Amino acid sequence: MSTVIRIQREDFDPQAEADALTKGRPDVGALTTFTGFCRHEEGALSALELEHYPGMAEKELQRIVDEARKRWPVQGITVLHRYGKIMPGERIVFVAVSGGHRGEAFAACEFIMDFLKTSAPFWKREHKVDGSQGEWVEAKDADDKALERWK
Amino acid sequence: MKAVYFAWVRERVGKPEEILTPPASVITVADLIAWLKGQGEEYAYAFENGHVIRVAIDQTHVKHDALIADAREIAFFPPMTGG
Repeated sequence: MSTVIRIQREDFDPQAEADALTKGRPDVGALTTFTGFCRHEEGALSALELEHYPGMAEKELQRIVDEARKRWPVQGITVLHRYGKIMPGERIVFVAVSGGHRGEAFAACEFIMDFLKTSAPFWKREHKVDGSQGEWVEAKDADDKALERWK
Repeated sequence: MKAVYFAWVRERVGKPEEILTPPASVITVADLIAWLKGQGEEYAYAFENGHVIRVAIDQTHVKHDALIADAREIAFFPPMTGG
């Protein structure tokens, strides 16, 4: 029932994180992982700058993980989120959930990502290829709508 | 209480944090936002669409009708865009 939550500037190794949830665990029958990347947006984007609220970001991720554990009998949960300047093609976020069966592992992974996007205090700002400072990314209605299926 | 600002709210206010001493008539988060709007043009700009601003008291999300009486730290920020 291990939970790992880390907010860090540096990159992470998804395979190493996944292995940590499954090595020596013959009770694990399923592992789902999600990795989110920085897109280049048709070549217009040179980087994303990720800002977060230190302290609250960790607490909010813990609250989301706690809620997922109330809903599904999963085993290990790992949530990693980077901050700072992230280039197109680089990893931003990682969620891994291990469980006895795939159903709860898939569901908990999606639930955590849906709530992370709308309630974990992170903000993205664009940097453009032409050197100009882009806008703060606007929150999407689609992300709010994604929560409705978990009611 | 300590106020902290993030993303474009921080940029518009022009500082990441400060100590606020609102009058006793300021009871709720909505009252505080209305009061802040009157504290200068940078605040008027940051909070011009006050209803879109998200608020956390002591690092927990709250709605605008929440009471601020016991708040040690109150955070103002735009809708979140992580992940």
